[in-house]
Amino acid sequence: MPDKKQIALAQVRAGQTGTVVQIQGGHGLVSRLSALGIRPGKKITKISSMLMRGPITIQVDRAQVAIGFGMAKKILVELD
Amino acid sequence: MKILLMGNPNVGKSVIFSRLTGAHVIASNYPGTTVGYTHGFMKLAEETVEVIDVPGTYTLEPTSEAEEIALRMLDSGDLVINVVDATNLERNLYLSLQLLERDTPVIIALNMWDDTKHRGVHVDLAKLRQLLGVPVIPTVAVTGEGIKELVDNIPRASSPDTPARSHDERWTAIGGIIDQVQHITHRHHTWVERLADASVKPLTGGVIALAALASAFLVVRFIGESLIGYVLDPLFNTLWAPVVLKLSELLGGSGLLHDILIGRIVGGEVNFVESFGLLTSGLYVPFGMVLPYIISFYFVLGLLEDIGYLPRLGVLMDTIMHRLGLHGYAIIPTLLGLGCNVPAVLATRVLESKRERFIAATLISIAVPCVALQAMIFGLVGERGGEYVAIIYGTLFIVWIILGIILNRTVKGFSPEILIEIPPYRLPPWRTMLQKLWMRSRGFLREAVPIILGAILVINILYILGVFDVIANFAAPVVTGLLGLPKEAVTALVIGFLRKDVALGMLAPLALTAEQLVVGSVVLAMSFPCIATFVILLRELGTVNMLKAVGIMISAALITGGILNLIL
Repeated sequence: MPDKKQIALAQVRAGQTGTVVQIQGGHGLVSRLSALGIRPGKKITKISSMLMRGPITIQVDRAQVAIGFGMAKKILVELD
Repeated sequence: MKILLMGNPNVGKSVIFSRLTGAHVIASNYPGTTVGYTHGFMKLAEETVEVIDVPGTYTLEPTSEAEEIALRMLDSGDLVINVVDATNLERNLYLSLQLLERDTPVIIALNMWDDTKHRGVHVDLAKLRQLLGVPVIPTVAVTGEGIKELVDNIPRASSPDTPARSHDERWTAIGGIIDQVQHITHRHHTWVERLADASVKPLTGGVIALAALASAFLVVRFIGESLIGYVLDPLFNTLWAPVVLKLSELLGGSGLLHDILIGRIVGGEVNFVESFGLLTSGLYVPFGMVLPYIISFYFVLGLLEDIGYLPRLGVLMDTIMHRLGLHGYAIIPTLLGLGCNVPAVLATRVLESKRERFIAATLISIAVPCVALQAMIFGLVGERGGEYVAIIYGTLFIVWIILGIILNRTVKGFSPEILIEIPPYRLPPWRTMLQKLWMRSRGFLREAVPIILGAILVINILYILGVFDVIANFAAPVVTGLLGLPKEAVTALVIGFLRKDVALGMLAPLALTAEQLVVGSVVLAMSFPCIATFVILLRELGTVNMLKAVGIMISAALITGGILNLIL
């Protein structure tokens, strides 16, 4: 099934789980995110987002990471 | 021999460090930078070796100044103890593989080993050792489990033949290792994890933040007041006061030396706040009024830090902080500023851009009163009524918001976004926590007491020379006209440059109304930074930005003071 739904992390709802498919950013962003365990192929679960385009908190493996809204728009996720 | 402790942030590195080195720890700055690190010594066989707690880093590809320092330290070390969070093996192994690719021998401490069981993580230790080719010792730093084995195995640290890999090759290699050594079983959420999740959701998070900050404030006051009421005041009043009175008698009750050492004694009783001698106010201000709050404040801050609450507060505050040109993480230096502005300004280094650092440092030195000043506000303004203390805090908070919004609109550039790891809630490691509290209190005594004594000496000499009268007459129009304070208050505002706590103490004998005390406290808090903060601001911001910040401070202080004078 190649046409699974891909959306930006910023649009994922709290509680939803998906797999990171792509990070649409430069080398800097890609390496900062991968150091925190966020890279293509990883399963992530969104825990919460703050109001008014605030940061998004996700669970990746057994760690939690808070990501600014702008960055979260650049992380493409395929929902389960 | 130099042993380096390296690992990701929040893996318990510092706790292992304090286990290895014991109580004697030295905090230093890396030469030429403001990146702080701690080092100490341990006995290894018969040899004394140096142990360095390198700042936490995710990778050896440096992305921040702290990581560059970590890399430079690595070049000078003889052996690396790589501390790895056993519950987050995959991400932690990235740094481990990079370390193994180099020539320095490595031994791995697989920390938080006890957590793996209830988090459903199973690690095949034998297999991991075999695949990495270095000793891997499971440890639980908080309880001390495994530390002895770690030390015993240090001589077996090795540098296996690991090929240099690219970024992607390393992740592929890690994937292979994880498949072979780690096995995850599903388990249910614990209540601590539910609480952790609730702390970063808008509604529940807000409630938790209010509860946490309110109880923090109450505990700080409770411990501080108890220390003063049950320990320090009795000590000063029953033990020290008779000694002072005796000495005053010996010195003849007046004269130059008497005024400098004892100060003014009225009616045969020592007033430790108002007398202003070296042996009276000079000791009572730092030990009797400020130290209790230093201890209580840093105890509570250390608790919030070590439980892991602060990053969550950062996430929660992010939206508000963006309006001030900062991101949520800037809440951490701001909270530090409630202790002392010096480490707070230094801590603005965690912010990425120059613009953020300028805004954060300026806001901290204007609107965040240090604990020394706050202790005096509690002590002097508090006795006139809690509402006056509330007005001071409320004013400073409003100034913080408004000034932040103005700076955000006027300072060029943009502020980057937050990206931080949020560690799980943990029980605080009491040992390291108390050690940190001890180091911070000792730091206060070492740095502040000489300045307080010096300030009081200078005040007495200038007073005797009549210099203050000249200054007072010169600045009287502004201070009396605009702020509604008596012209003697000018000297206190000037002394604020040396120590704000001493300066507020100088307002005590002036018989001010409660409203005047409020204006005085606010202006003192906002106007000029104390000399220690001044030096740090100069170093961190450079001369031009420092002058800008000072200009903003003085105008903001006068405007706010003037407004308060009008409406109170």
